[in-house]
Amino acid sequence: MNEPAIRDIWVYLSASPLLGLTITLVAYGLAYRLYLKSNSSPLANPVVTSVAMLIALLLITGTSYEEYFEGGQFVHFLLGPATVALAVPLYQQFSRLRQLWLPVTISLVCGVVIAAGSSIGLAWLLGGSTEIQMSLAPKSATAPVAMGISETIGGIPSLTAVLVVATGIVGAVLGTKLFEWMRITDDSVKGIAMGVAAHGIGTARAFQVSSQMGAFSGLAMALSAFATALIVPWLVDLIGIQ
Amino acid sequence: MNFLNGMTLLLVYQLVGEITVRLLVLPIPGPVLGMVMLFLTLMIRGNTPEPLQNASTALLSHLSLLFVPAGVGMMAHFGRIADEWVPITLALFFSTVITMVATAGIMQVTSRWFARPEHEGGQRDE
Repeated sequence: MNEPAIRDIWVYLSASPLLGLTITLVAYGLAYRLYLKSNSSPLANPVVTSVAMLIALLLITGTSYEEYFEGGQFVHFLLGPATVALAVPLYQQFSRLRQLWLPVTISLVCGVVIAAGSSIGLAWLLGGSTEIQMSLAPKSATAPVAMGISETIGGIPSLTAVLVVATGIVGAVLGTKLFEWMRITDDSVKGIAMGVAAHGIGTARAFQVSSQMGAFSGLAMALSAFATALIVPWLVDLIGIQ
Repeated sequence: MNFLNGMTLLLVYQLVGEITVRLLVLPIPGPVLGMVMLFLTLMIRGNTPEPLQNASTALLSHLSLLFVPAGVGMMAHFGRIADEWVPITLALFFSTVITMVATAGIMQVTSRWFARPEHEGGQRDE
């Protein structure tokens, strides 16, 4: 009979990383095509669509996240080398950056403090538990960095990873609109704000606008990862979270 | 071979970054230190080797793909998110908007303060 054979194949596949890896790439490929079809509308952000497709698929097939991540981890792993790779656009934009080092430093430090302070403060005001406040605090830093910080300050690292992605999506979707309202046209200003508030997902969006905005966003993301790691644990101590 | 060399270089820098961070107990993540070291290497070298250029363009042009598995992790936290969805969604949304607007505003104002008179433009936006 056919039925048991298919089930056997399914059992075999769900135990191997091949399936998780392949569906991640296929879902992203479809999501990216949809994004191009929508004339690169930020609302059709490929991360949102592919995550939604994958969650739906996993729920329908009754596959657990752990099983999926067997394969998904290979994509997730590349966040590390991609972070290192940011050195390249950074180096290529360095002359522009050197002129702006002081404003960049000031904006970066303020941005990191505002990002952590406002998320802790708002979550606290709205009755969120300490665990949630701490999981939210590093949400503007890039995923591997934010997860590490979350762990040291008493958040839930894997929840932080999700919040980091959601933050990136909000930033990538709204960023360009916000800059329009603020009548900001300078790519360096937009890039810095994007990188500080919305890390890699914002940076991906910034690269679609211009390579200069992308480079500044990548720079801001890299430096704010640094700054968040240094500032947030200290800030949490200062506020004296119980 | 070209792409492979570039990728290898990135991984070597990440590895050295991870090892250094652990040896010296630094509060920053390994890949971030790796990035700083690669940046310094490029500064000293004075140009970007082609394999490195290729590998970094390949990775960075689909940076958002790399966040997908972490995003799918949402399904492991449905319960937690459902319990505290109000503080989570509102704090996340408004904090992100506030951070974006404030950082852009501060950068806009400070870059104007410190702009040199012969600055190449792009600062005039109103």
